[in-house]
Amino acid sequence: MIGRLAGGVAVLAVLAGGAFWMLTRPASLSDETLAALSAHEGDAQAGEAVFWAAGCASCHSAPDLAPGAAPEHRMVLAGGRSFPSDFGTFYAPNISPDVEHGIGGWTLPQFAHALLQGVSPEGAHYYPAFPYTTYTHATPEDIADLWAFWQTLPADATPSRAHDVGFPFSFRRGLGLWKLLNLHDDYATPAFDDAELARGQYLVEALGHCAECHTPRDAIGGLERDQWLAGAPNPAGQGRIPALPPEGWTAFDIAAYLESGFTPEFDTAGGEMADVIENMSRIAAPDRAAIAAYLVALRSSPNP
Amino acid sequence: MFRYLSAAALAAAMVLPTLAQAEEPTDPNVNARHALMQLYAYNLGVLGGMAQARMDYDPELATEAATAIYHVSMAHADRMWPEGTEVGATADSRALPAIWENRAEFDAAAQALTASAESAMGSVGTDLASLQAALGGIGQNCSACHRTFRQPE
Ligand code: HEC
Ligand code: HEC
Ligand code: HEC
Repeated sequence: MIGRLAGGVAVLAVLAGGAFWMLTRPASLSDETLAALSAHEGDAQAGEAVFWAAGCASCHSAPDLAPGAAPEHRMVLAGGRSFPSDFGTFYAPNISPDVEHGIGGWTLPQFAHALLQGVSPEGAHYYPAFPYTTYTHATPEDIADLWAFWQTLPADATPSRAHDVGFPFSFRRGLGLWKLLNLHDDYATPAFDDAELARGQYLVEALGHCAECHTPRDAIGGLERDQWLAGAPNPAGQGRIPALPPEGWTAFDIAAYLESGFTPEFDTAGGEMADVIENMSRIAAPDRAAIAAYLVALRSSPNP
Repeated sequence: MFRYLSAAALAAAMVLPTLAQAEEPTDPNVNARHALMQLYAYNLGVLGGMAQARMDYDPELATEAATAIYHVSMAHADRMWPEGTEVGATADSRALPAIWENRAEFDAAAQALTASAESAMGSVGTDLASLQAALGGIGQNCSACHRTFRQPE
């Protein structure tokens, strides 16, 4: 009897394990995406625009970088900034083109796999502290341009620092389940016909990862998409990250803030937003206007 | 009976927080530095209004605004930031404990603003392009300090 029971439990465990294994298997890039990547001739200058819009430097530049440092310094992606969370502390790795300590030895499809699906060249899941749930919406063309820009960046030999997370979160395979719940193919907000609004939506939802800070999270750290940009507790300390669009701000006000950091009352941006503005002040003015137009449009068509 | 009790409890719950707030007046230092920051914002608004073409460029008015920021910044570092007035310790404060953990850096951030305002005094009256350039420098220094030493609301 006991033997039969134990046998049954073992079979169940194997079945459950098998299901877990299937469900948490890292996805690969589709043939379509791979074809689009290789068909596109990467343009480094266009890639630089993607770089600032996507804010890679905010996380991957060195932690001791002075505020207002020149763009050359923000482009040294040595890593080392820490991201404390309920699950442990993550450290941004070195993603400079250094072959030993950075990603200099990577191929474009490996780079795209990391950004679009959060999967490493070794086939492991990345932690969502790396905002690939945003970048998953980026076009293969933008990724290829970004990769072309990467080839112009300086290499840095700072070794990456290991994350400080305990079991079970140290078990990356389990992130496959998290991705099933939180890695979405579709945008959080309904599609727009208007070209400027669609561009703004792309910049916010596929590159700018505004929601990573401005949207509240559930117990397992997933974004609450029905509370899109509704404001959230400040993960870096006390206080709240404000809701978007801010009450009473016009599209002009928002675009001006993204360019200069000045609010309509001429207070100036602080906290982590100061860093976001260092990136946003370097994108094209029509792109800032598109972000502002998208945010203002959310006011009239509330969360889905 | 139970109904009245719970109504009373509810009323108490609604009144008590107000009372609790009333008992803890904002530290005068916090009020003073908010007033100082508002002066910054007012004068920055004059420069920013012109830079963003929300108002006409007026060289004299611009020079006055930059001069005001310069003078206000001189009052900044030494007073109104006593220990024990960080966020959470006293009402209405958003000043981060980092100010007292790293006072030298905080004072340097104030001095950087003084320096950029001083050079702006001499340039914002030249033309709109000079004003825009000077404004970037000032705004950068406001933001640099808010990034490290002020908590989001
Ligand atoms: C919010 C912070 C944040 C932003 C923004 C960010 N990253 Fe990262 N990134 C991380 C963290 C944290 C990791 C580590 C993830 C892990 O180890 O699971 C990471 C990992 C990576 C890796 C994997 C490196 C390796 O050695 O395996 C690549 C590649 C990468 N990021 C590229 C980018 C690019 C390109 C951008 C901009 C488009 C970007 N990141 C923006 C935080 C960020
Ligand atoms: C790393 C976190 C983070 C990211 C990413 C981020 N923000 Fe913010 N944002 C903040 C914080 C913190 C504040 C409050 C700033 C302060 O305290 O002065 C803020 C403030 C703002 C404000 C001013 C709101 C107000 O009521 O004063 C706007 C507008 C804004 N963000 C827009 C954006 C947009 C657009 C994006 C994406 C392109 C974005 N933010 C990305 C953290 C972030
Ligand atoms: C040396 C640091 C520092 C500099 C420089 C600085 N600020 Fe501040 N600012 C702070 C701190 C800290 C607070 C929060 C104070 C508090 O709540 O006790 C603050 C608060 C504010 C506030 C909110 C005031 C209120 O009523 O709540 C405004 C507006 C402001 N600053 C504008 C500016 C402008 C504009 C400049 C540049 C011309 C500037 N600040 C320069 C540190 C600085």
